Amino acid sequence: MLRYILKRVFYMAITLFIIATVSFFLMKMLPGSPLSVENKLSEAQQTIVLEKYGLNDPIPVQYVKYIAGLVQGDLGISFQFDNTPVTDIIMARIGPSMVLGAQALVFGTVLGILFGLVAAISHNGVLDYTSTIIAVLGTSIPSFIFAGLLQWYLAVKFEMFPVALWGTYEHTILPTIALLIFPMAISARFTRTEMLEVLGSDFITTARAKGVTEFGIIFKHGLRNALIPLVTVVGPMAVGLMTGTLVIEQIFAVPGIGEQFVTSVMVVDYPTIMGLTLFFAFLFVAIILVIDLLYVLIDPRIRLTGGES
Amino acid sequence: MKLKKVWFLALALMLGLFLAACSGGDDGGDTSSEGGDDTSTEEGSGEETGEEETSEPEQVMNFINGDTIPSMDASMVTDEYGIQFLGATMDGLYRLKDGEVVPGIATDHEVSEDGTTWTFTLREDAKWSNGDPVTAHDFVYSWQRAVNPDTGSEYGPYMMGGVIKNATAVNSGDVPVKELGVKAVDNYTFEVTLENPVPYFESLTTFATYYPLNKKFVEEQGDKYATSTDTLVFNGPYTLDNWESTSSSWELNKNADYWDAETVKLEKMTYEVVKDPQTAVDLYESGEIDRAGLSSDLVDQYSTHDDYRVVPETALFYLKLNQTGSDALANVNIRKAISKAFDKEALVNEILNNGSLVSTGFVPKDFVQTPSGEDFREANGDLVTHDVEEAKSLWEKGLEEIGKDSVTLEFLAGDSETAKTMNEYLANQLQTNLPGLTVELKQVPFEQRLDLDTNMDYQIQFAGWGPDYLDPYTFLNLWLTDGGNNKMGFSNEKYDSLLEETATTLAQDPEARYANFLEAEKILAEQAAVAPIYQSASAQLVRPSVQDVYVNAFGPTYEYKWASVGAEE
Repeated sequence: MLRYILKRVFYMAITLFIIATVSFFLMKMLPGSPLSVENKLSEAQQTIVLEKYGLNDPIPVQYVKYIAGLVQGDLGISFQFDNTPVTDIIMARIGPSMVLGAQALVFGTVLGILFGLVAAISHNGVLDYTSTIIAVLGTSIPSFIFAGLLQWYLAVKFEMFPVALWGTYEHTILPTIALLIFPMAISARFTRTEMLEVLGSDFITTARAKGVTEFGIIFKHGLRNALIPLVTVVGPMAVGLMTGTLVIEQIFAVPGIGEQFVTSVMVVDYPTIMGLTLFFAFLFVAIILVIDLLYVLIDPRIRLTGGES
Repeated sequence: MKLKKVWFLALALMLGLFLAACSGGDDGGDTSSEGGDDTSTEEGSGEETGEEETSEPEQVMNFINGDTIPSMDASMVTDEYGIQFLGATMDGLYRLKDGEVVPGIATDHEVSEDGTTWTFTLREDAKWSNGDPVTAHDFVYSWQRAVNPDTGSEYGPYMMGGVIKNATAVNSGDVPVKELGVKAVDNYTFEVTLENPVPYFESLTTFATYYPLNKKFVEEQGDKYATSTDTLVFNGPYTLDNWESTSSSWELNKNADYWDAETVKLEKMTYEVVKDPQTAVDLYESGEIDRAGLSSDLVDQYSTHDDYRVVPETALFYLKLNQTGSDALANVNIRKAISKAFDKEALVNEILNNGSLVSTGFVPKDFVQTPSGEDFREANGDLVTHDVEEAKSLWEKGLEEIGKDSVTLEFLAGDSETAKTMNEYLANQLQTNLPGLTVELKQVPFEQRLDLDTNMDYQIQFAGWGPDYLDPYTFLNLWLTDGGNNKMGFSNEKYDSLLEETATTLAQDPEARYANFLEAEKILAEQAAVAPIYQSASAQLVRPSVQDVYVNAFGPTYEYKWASVGAEE
């Protein structure tokens, strides 16, 4: 087990290295420069300013310096925010995105599982169709439409929640609701399909024959097995949710990381773009590793390595 | 089974840690929640004062900001917001008040006969927020820092190069920093030597790059200087509080140590970053903020609102016609035809729809006045107007001269939503009104457009410019033969010499200078160097209680020193 984890961590490092390299060279291919009043400066003046950021060095030199910094955990200094390390920017912005993402993930999947379960139990009944319709709407309507509707009706019209901004717990409610629609719909669809399949399988019939209560059949034997595939989708979804979303963060004026990422791209802030790309990549591979390990725990049929047990 | 339980425990623990991390994030957000709470309490008290008409309104305003403040370092700042908040927290030698230059740290100044030596007398009662006096040495240090190549400032060389003696040489490292033409004669006498006479120098000193810096403090802070409230000192009307460079909320509080604190009526302004215009309007409607900008799609809905205002701006937008790009654009009649062929009125009313004005010249309206007190735009009148008939005949004449009956031109422009609509419209207008013209649109991001502009790799380009000081020269110098922003092959000897005179022989003679500017502007029209389109404006919702907030023609967008909260209605 330990050997397996070490091996995976090694692969993770390689993956991150490749991502760092690719994003570095992609950045260098972007047109434009990090100067903000480029059009007002002569070329000589631009060179003087770029010197400060080490951008006059040949690209291979810049690359080596960048990777050397990375190894020491230094993501560089932002161009957009004077003298502010990229790590500070990430730390300042990741909080709100994580809170919203985690809330949306937890409530979204729990609700989704419930909907899916209800749908599966009342297969082809009214509840099944209702839940399916909700799921289809949830996956097909973009979240910013919900966000706009929620903001207008619940906040502006009925004054139940703050319109936007960040601070108290109330401020997290509307963005969380807008965000959770998608994970909810996805989990509902997955749970329903899997539940139907599991409930039709032989061991459920056996359990029934043995006199297990309906409750026991659905929750202990059915649901637990039905959730295994869901774990696969929840991982990447978690990363997506917790790294923030431009639209929701912008509509509710949440100081999150997703919105910062887009801003950085707009102002050609290389260090921040690369720092965030790496950070997101790291979260992604880390979560995938965790999911793979979780599989072993949930499903005894899966083994990491052939020989062990 | 036992093993499984252990694993589940571990899982639960992980989940717990995760949740703890989340609540940690919540704590981090608490600083901003203070801002949020303030907003709601103030809103409450605002309503109270509305009911009791006799009581004084609380001197607090709540605003939103379009983005974070990336820099509060006067030497490094380049963006709108940095300049805005430096403007509110700092005093330069002079200050702008409703288009006028009024004393700041300087009480008076003398200019030498030849116009190149300016001696400023500084007030002795000005203090930094850490208690230090503001002296001439603070200006010397700051201006040297702005052009020092080690600083890496962009505005330093731009605003001071060619203005202050040796600024360009210092910036390129050719001469040592101490050779810059600035000197502290004594603590309260500051002497500046200029390269040439600069008649608008007074207005330049109101700009952020020219603010003083407290040397001891800046050097103590090192790289951390101006990255948070704790690493800043102020000498202006307000102090910036609860701020870090990544903050999405902060506040301005009245600076009790400001030399002119008596004048400052406003106690506090709170700020929250809100980028979405619809969200801003929703916050305005719910009473949480006192001003919201309107994007053009919101204008129709709110233009009948009681609080609707149009704030004029001084940025000009125009078509650059690259004379080196094609033989068609090298022909003056074709250029003239293009500049007259599109309906600007419809463009500002239908597409921009935010109070923007039709532009008919090369210097904006309500920007500068001639010595006789007339608005520059009025004095020279409408130079380039929409006239399809004339455009058509000029176009035919031009085509004849170049011996072609059809022309294809590439139109380089921005790719934002509004820009795209405008581009389509302009291309359509040109093609419809000028028979035989085919316009190929090339819409690219801003940075890429700048690159193409620098390489003169375009034929027609949609571009814009905002002023850097209060003088027509800030717009007219763009089109000098070697102007860094010309980049379209325009060159006119008469034009060059007229402008050169305003900066040399006529520098001390306002009447003659303006005569030259007016004449130079006419040449631009005769030559159809660029085709003026519009002068920008912004539509807003503003509470009537927000009083005496001035809008500047350049530098900080808003001037709050004299602002106050008046009784509602």
